[in-house]
Amino acid sequence: MNKARPLTGAEAVAEAMRQIEPDVVAAYPITPQTPIVEAYAKYVADGLVKTETIKVESEHSAMSAVIGAAYSGARSMTATSSAGLAYMWEMLGIASGLRCPIVMPVANRAISAPLNIHCDHSDSMGARDTGWVQIYAEDAQEAYENTLLALRIAEHKDVLTPVMPCMDGFITSHGVENVVIHDDAPVKAFIGSYKFPFNLLDYKRPIAVGPIELTDYLFETKRQQVEGMAYVPKVLPGIAKELAKITGNEFDVIEEYHTNDADAIILTMSSAAGTTKTVVDRMRKAGKKVGLLKLRMFRPFPYERVAKALEGKKTVAVLDRAFAFGANAPIYSDVKSAPYDLTSKPKLQSYVFGIGGRDLSDFHIEAVFENLLKGKVTGKEEYINLRE
Amino acid sequence: MVDKICLPAVKKKSWKEIPIGGTIINSPTSLVNKTGAWRAFRPIWDKSKCINCMMCVATCPDMCIPVEGDKRKETDFDYCKGCGICASVCPVKCIKMEDEGRFTE
Repeated sequence: MNKARPLTGAEAVAEAMRQIEPDVVAAYPITPQTPIVEAYAKYVADGLVKTETIKVESEHSAMSAVIGAAYSGARSMTATSSAGLAYMWEMLGIASGLRCPIVMPVANRAISAPLNIHCDHSDSMGARDTGWVQIYAEDAQEAYENTLLALRIAEHKDVLTPVMPCMDGFITSHGVENVVIHDDAPVKAFIGSYKFPFNLLDYKRPIAVGPIELTDYLFETKRQQVEGMAYVPKVLPGIAKELAKITGNEFDVIEEYHTNDADAIILTMSSAAGTTKTVVDRMRKAGKKVGLLKLRMFRPFPYERVAKALEGKKTVAVLDRAFAFGANAPIYSDVKSAPYDLTSKPKLQSYVFGIGGRDLSDFHIEAVFENLLKGKVTGKEEYINLRE
Repeated sequence: MVDKICLPAVKKKSWKEIPIGGTIINSPTSLVNKTGAWRAFRPIWDKSKCINCMMCVATCPDMCIPVEGDKRKETDFDYCKGCGICASVCPVKCIKMEDEGRFTE
């Protein structure tokens, strides 16, 4: 086990990219993702990696270039946030529709308007139906390891689906934490070489990529995408175990923290989960039976695992860091439908928090737990730290 | 009479039988897909006025004007889509676009 070094989440993700060593990186800067690609550009300039970097004029072009490269025998990556993800939205569907195994770290930042550079999940949540796998990191260590994991998931021959490893903008991307960067040799062996069934540059086997499909075939091609996503939970345990041999941490779609006998549970993702762990520890010491169900993979949504984890539990608050205007908040919406068929379902409470980087502090979480322990469930979407 | 009305059913493939991502792997499909059928206007080339400058050859988007030695030959109407660029760039105006309907039944 290597010594931990003080690194920001962005630097940690850049280290993962260095170990992946993509053939092509095309990126456009946007706060708070910029330091990821800046750090990577330094590796390229210093000759630590052999990567063709393309300085494109927009995120739409970045994803376009990466898709073209992926189909030309090149392992390709980019990174973005917020409006950048929005700008490439058209190409997200192209990437997943063409089954490109692209890994794109996202530093979650609020979608405009009004303009806000701070953390919330409105960017990646807005893209939740684009056919990309989404995993969320609690801290810089997870951001680093999730990026490595993402590569193997994306490139698995039965998956061939692009992956968005997400981390909280500024909170994780710019916060300095002690991160262990694992040895290059075993990580590179884990990553392996780029395998993709098509190559436009293979003139001996000419192909046409991205054709039109009319009413008689689009449905079938999209059904294939469903299959690719369905393979993610099948291939994940094997890949996670392989990575765990190097990292000592085995990735799972959920993490159950003191939920076994909990009377009140908070279900959430990313850095808020980390803060919740601190509150759980403190409240447990005071004899309160509280727990955290940390969600790590949001797409594909692990309905069965979440239902099983919530079966027979009393009260659960789902904390979303994004609105779904006109509907239930994103995670809440999927969590609520998960235990639909169970006989013993918990009472659920939806909370939206942290919009535009609004703080979520330990006392806020404690107040939520106290409400849950009292069985206070309103049946409406409630807000944490909002001035009513 | 009934046989002429009922078209034979085309066997479409299931989602398991087609390549992923809609990628076409039996390229080049243009060998069987004659895009000249889309043409609404046809370039009529007056060989006697042609100076063989090759402007039409270079600018044709479908590479439909074959060249032999230093002279162009008749347009390949299997693939000419009738865009009119050849007529537009010709310096001696020896190419005229005419309604395709005059040439097809």
